[in-house]
Amino acid sequence: MSAVLKPRSRVVVCDANEAAAWGVALSRVDMVAVYPITPQSSLVEFLAKFIVDGTLSAELVDVEGEHSVMSVLQGAALAGARTYTATSGPGLAFMFEPYLRAPGLRLPLVMSIVTRDTLTPQCVWGGHQDAMSVREVGWIQIYCESAQEVLDTVIMAYRIAEHPEVMLPVNVCHDGNYLSFAVSRVELPAQDAVDAFLGDKDVNWHAALDPDRPMAVDPLTGGSGGAGPRTFTRYRQGHCNGMQRALEVISEVHEDWEKHVGRRFAPLVEAYRMDGAEHALVTIGSMTGAAKDAIDEARARGEKVGLVKVKTYRPFPGATVIGALDGVKAIGVVDRSVSFGWNCGPVYQDVMTSLALARSAVPALSFIGGLAGADLTIGHFHRAIGEVAAVARGKAEPGRTLWLNEAD
Amino acid sequence: MYELRIHGRGGQGAVLAAGILATALIEEGRFAVAIPQFGFERRGAPVAAYLRFDEREIRQLTNIYHPDCVLCIDPTVARAVNIFDGMKDAGMLVQTSAKALGELNVAPQVATVGLCDAVSLALQIFKRPITNTVMLGAFSRATGLVSLDALKRAIQDSNFRDAGLAQNMEALERGHAGTTVHHIERKAAA
Repeated sequence: MSAVLKPRSRVVVCDANEAAAWGVALSRVDMVAVYPITPQSSLVEFLAKFIVDGTLSAELVDVEGEHSVMSVLQGAALAGARTYTATSGPGLAFMFEPYLRAPGLRLPLVMSIVTRDTLTPQCVWGGHQDAMSVREVGWIQIYCESAQEVLDTVIMAYRIAEHPEVMLPVNVCHDGNYLSFAVSRVELPAQDAVDAFLGDKDVNWHAALDPDRPMAVDPLTGGSGGAGPRTFTRYRQGHCNGMQRALEVISEVHEDWEKHVGRRFAPLVEAYRMDGAEHALVTIGSMTGAAKDAIDEARARGEKVGLVKVKTYRPFPGATVIGALDGVKAIGVVDRSVSFGWNCGPVYQDVMTSLALARSAVPALSFIGGLAGADLTIGHFHRAIGEVAAVARGKAEPGRTLWLNEAD
Repeated sequence: MYELRIHGRGGQGAVLAAGILATALIEEGRFAVAIPQFGFERRGAPVAAYLRFDEREIRQLTNIYHPDCVLCIDPTVARAVNIFDGMKDAGMLVQTSAKALGELNVAPQVATVGLCDAVSLALQIFKRPITNTVMLGAFSRATGLVSLDALKRAIQDSNFRDAGLAQNMEALERGHAGTTVHHIERKAAA
């Protein structure tokens, strides 16, 4: 589904896959490598169409699999190109080996993960398990709530990735099915505003493959002798420092986006109706819309409840999350994936770690829902709010994991 | 907020119809979100699509369980799925059928029925039973919630080209013109 309302406005009615493709086109990328996979396929098909119809002047490499996608893009980025790809679930798994190398090479790649639950049981539908399974490999991870946020964030991702004190690849995640295929109103920023926002293209100045400036890329390091240990360790330290610096850069980039385009999104964490909140939900991704509606209904009946949405997930903005939750008596974290090792959701695990670091002992619950395309409705969030309220009143035990779609 | 559920079969364009309707509603100044049902997308299998619209921003990205209106673009899918499941009282049914209203199985919560023989119209126009744009015309006629002009512009702005565009514009107009609207009088419960 695609329709441009012309010539009245630059408003597009489209799904988040097409919105992401518009973001890529407006970012004037040089190289796109693709392999289609559900629920990402229409995104790369839109990119191919944009290249054919002249909307985007880029080279598209239609490779034989995701491992080659990532390898092609690494070569392109090392040569100074602005690059893009998108994948989902099994495609991400097949990409894993070169995917691991990208952040260590400090390549400013931007890649959408159109999130999909992982096999098995067999499923082709949305869930965060694919993206969550790569949360600790050194890519920046950002999760979007709406198609508009997807478009805007893909563009912002290039500023974040290419920032000289970050130089790391960015995954812009949008929920398979609920965002990838939901059609809504999306405003296209003017090309000149995006050009001014992104500035002169200067991608990967630090490692461009340049015959006039020969250099070794990714030499053997590590081990226990010579300069190996310190070289490897300092690469890792630099990588970690870049991740931490990204927290500030992501905030700065969102502020600058608002100046150029007039739209503001909370860069790290959004606090929604947290004034005077006695308990709160923490959400991530497209579930947040229905959760906000549930919060409004609960507030309307006098319940002091708010919501904190995590947008930037890696690096995890722990201090900002804890600051947003300040003063609550109980927290419920809703995840669209699981942490198998901890029998809870991964965002819950991060919130609990952040609470511990802040020497806070707020009781909390882990909710898991929306797996493999399952719907998370306003009703599911009312149940979660009720469970958290019971913990806040001391009427229920914290520390439990509750599955929201068990009976659906 | 108005909630619409579209029922059809794979290949008839139920999901595309929801997108075109969302485009028309947004073009008329409303907020709209269309979401397909996620299931097995085989040709001929029952499919559904959901559409919400409102005067204010719609945040929830979820399926629809209690529709105000059911738009059924296939004459037999109601044998395979309960198209009235969860429907609100005093609801609207827009149905493709060659039958008279009295021969149809209509759930008690339905107050208004729009009837259109979309399969016959589609066979005349497309030589195939693709009923989605015919039934968008029927929806416009039966509900008055979206103008025929806005739907025409949405189809023009979509990916239809040349002969396909002309056929779909004709389908929209003939669906609109060929729809009868019936109000069902039901005795109040004693």
